[in-house]
Amino acid sequence: MLPTNLELSLNAFNQLLMHPPGAASPIPVTPVRAFPIAAPDDAIALVDHHGAEQAWIAHLTDLVPNQAELIRQTLANREMTPLILRINHVSRFATPSVWQIETNHGATEITLKTEDDIRPLPSGGYLVADAFGLQFKIPPRNQLDRQSQRYLARFL
Amino acid sequence: MSHRAPPSVLARLPLDLSPDLQFVRRVLILNHEEIILAMPDDETVIEARWRIEPGDQLLLSEHAGLGALQLKDADKSKAQWRFTLSHRQAAEAFSAQFNTINAAPSALLAFDATEGAAPWLDEPLNDAPPPSTWTLFRLWRFAKPYKGQLLFGFLLTLAATAATLVPPYLTMPLMDDVLIPFQNGVAIEQSTVLKYLAGLLGAALVAWSLGWARTYILSRVSERIGADIRTATYSHLMNLSLDYFGSKRTGDLMARIGSETDRINLFLSLHLLDFFTDVLMITMTVIILFSINPWLALVTLIPLPIIAWMIHIVRDRLRTGFERVDRVWSQVTNILSDTIPGIRVVKAFSQEARESERFYQANQLNLKVNDRVNRTWSLFAPTVTALTELGLLIVWAFGIWQVSQGAITVGVLTAFLAYIGRFYSRMDSMSRIVSVTQKTAAGTKRIFDILDHAASVPNPKHPESLYGRKAAIELHQVNFRHGNRGILHDINLNIKPGSMVGLVGHSGSGKTTLVNLIARFYDVSSGGITQDGTDIRQFNVEDYRRQIGLVLQEPFLFFGTVAENIAYGKASANHEEIIAAARAAHAHEFILKLPHGYDSLVGERGQSLSGGERQRISIARALLIDPKILILDEATASVDTETEREIQQALDNLVQGRTTIAIAHRLSTLRQADMLVVLDQGRIVETGQHAELLERHGYYYRLYQAQIKLNEPAERNDTEPNCAALTPPEGHHHVAN
Repeated sequence: MLPTNLELSLNAFNQLLMHPPGAASPIPVTPVRAFPIAAPDDAIALVDHHGAEQAWIAHLTDLVPNQAELIRQTLANREMTPLILRINHVSRFATPSVWQIETNHGATEITLKTEDDIRPLPSGGYLVADAFGLQFKIPPRNQLDRQSQRYLARFL
Repeated sequence: MSHRAPPSVLARLPLDLSPDLQFVRRVLILNHEEIILAMPDDETVIEARWRIEPGDQLLLSEHAGLGALQLKDADKSKAQWRFTLSHRQAAEAFSAQFNTINAAPSALLAFDATEGAAPWLDEPLNDAPPPSTWTLFRLWRFAKPYKGQLLFGFLLTLAATAATLVPPYLTMPLMDDVLIPFQNGVAIEQSTVLKYLAGLLGAALVAWSLGWARTYILSRVSERIGADIRTATYSHLMNLSLDYFGSKRTGDLMARIGSETDRINLFLSLHLLDFFTDVLMITMTVIILFSINPWLALVTLIPLPIIAWMIHIVRDRLRTGFERVDRVWSQVTNILSDTIPGIRVVKAFSQEARESERFYQANQLNLKVNDRVNRTWSLFAPTVTALTELGLLIVWAFGIWQVSQGAITVGVLTAFLAYIGRFYSRMDSMSRIVSVTQKTAAGTKRIFDILDHAASVPNPKHPESLYGRKAAIELHQVNFRHGNRGILHDINLNIKPGSMVGLVGHSGSGKTTLVNLIARFYDVSSGGITQDGTDIRQFNVEDYRRQIGLVLQEPFLFFGTVAENIAYGKASANHEEIIAAARAAHAHEFILKLPHGYDSLVGERGQSLSGGERQRISIARALLIDPKILILDEATASVDTETEREIQQALDNLVQGRTTIAIAHRLSTLRQADMLVVLDQGRIVETGQHAELLERHGYYYRLYQAQIKLNEPAERNDTEPNCAALTPPEGHHHVAN
């Protein structure tokens, strides 16, 4: 499907609606990233309640700016992968371990259940899943301060 | 802020995210009239409030580790609050409470679900001690049964060490009473010399025999401790739930049980023993030195604190280094355990070079990590040696000066030098203990990682008896989630004893998960599964599973004979039973065609047998244990239609009189089912019998039509009459395939 004639809007329930040309009623859709890690801003599918794909957006930049903004906004509201900026403290070097961290979404603490929840990314960084399933991104080691690097090294 | 008496609080939900997803702490309070957003540490500081009006709804949703609670009325969203899933249970309770005061009919059900879940809260994360050298003390658990032998070994060590310290002591009188007087013109008295030489020889002999006895006893013990650790770890591993194996890689587990236990073993039998001897030797030497000449002794000990300080510095670095070495080593073995079972795929896509490259890369990383550790280590050992040389120099200098002052005799200096030679060589070997201790501590930690992992399918303390229970399975409001994904939602199902239930649905609709829950490979997240009215979590897991026969899509055969594989679930089965099971599974005849009949070996994955043959062996295996409950998970999905028919006949024998839960993609397999359950996206969308479901023109109808369409090009004349109504039978698939 060509996304150029894609018409989108938000309803009063903050639900993204797609208006297919010629269709009587808009379809509530959810934007889903096909490559949330490798290419978060490309390859986005608009999926309806049944999980059926209604539209495919190869690049967000293909869309009219305000439509792209709607999708970005919906995605930002729906999911997040905070970037860990600093590891302030870890409760211990064995798992489960509680980390006090600073992220681009503010400071918080996460529980690392096992070391296997840290997954190396091709970019050189890491992806950490906390005990409750929230994903955090860690930049490549050399972009962290020494203390954070030292903490991180104990789990890699 | 209002000043009237606050209405009673019905529920509290701690929020840890702001609406724009910043980590901010707030608390959401529910009372009879309104929802209040307040500060967590002082609930009188109120940020916002929303009146609850009739018709308001509270919607709980979650995605990718984030939860959202939306307050809405008929035509708009009034507010939305966000939280991480660490507060999921509080959020469920909160929305349940909201629904009870603002009764919406569907809401009551949700409340039931959370109530059912209450007694089975998530287990707290287990509390293992931090990994340090102290981890090694946890090995005591395994050493305890051998403490008598260990004590004996220790006493032998003490005696042997003392014996080795006698010869240097004898150099003192030899020097002062024999050699130096001789230089000064006094004749050597033969009997004195002989006396001393005999002492030297005797001490050496005693030290030798004691040392031999000590090493033998202690190595024996440590070998046994190592074996115990290995067995304990393996049997603990066997009892862990499928969940654990899902999250671990085979290579890593193999490395842990294989090489880590080996390292612990080596540490206990060799390094620890040496270390003990060294410590004893040093202590005794220090005592002797001080008793001979305190001043000279003090000077001798100067390098000691420097070495101790160095050990302390290097220790941390080495430990983290060795932990990394271990992990990287697991990565190397992981590649092996990945590619060797998948070798056909590797070759089919001719990716040998890529796999070699991948192995090379892992190996390079291994080298790099080892290099880093060795850099520290290589500097450390020679430095210790250099310091000991320096120590000797100091003793020489101080000693010669003391002799020239007449403060000590030449004999004393010689004895000191002899002792110090031993002393420092011990010091040197003792410093090595640092690295092995750290290595072993890292290994021990990894072993205890397994041992500390509590089974997520726990056995009850006081299990109920399964004796005489009917195989009536009931699922009540079952929910199951894996990580942050909800997989099954609100499943209610009643399976009568002896009936056959077919699970139907697209792949990914939760069929296998449902079956895994019934087999208790996992426990439900909320709700409950009962057998004959009792929650299955109240039965002993092994007893419960023993009454379940499982036939999987990919039959797994262990290395061994055909007979052993059939009798896997009941090792005591005699030949008649095995043959009866094989006959019923339509496996008897092809087994007889094998070169050694029932004694034929089947390879690691049963390579020499075809898919259908392996499947029939696994059906025989399920038949032999005579299970009350039978689970067929796509048992015929991976074989051709001819074989499917044979397997189907075998299955028909198996199903008789048992409660059967069958998953099948081909609807034809389920022709005898008493009830079909159609799943979609983790929910039951339809239940009923085949004809009934077809009439309904719903989900099942569409699935059925899709299969017919797939088979349309096939000729229809060989359709068996009894299953014509269901779906074109197996005979058509070869065309479609």
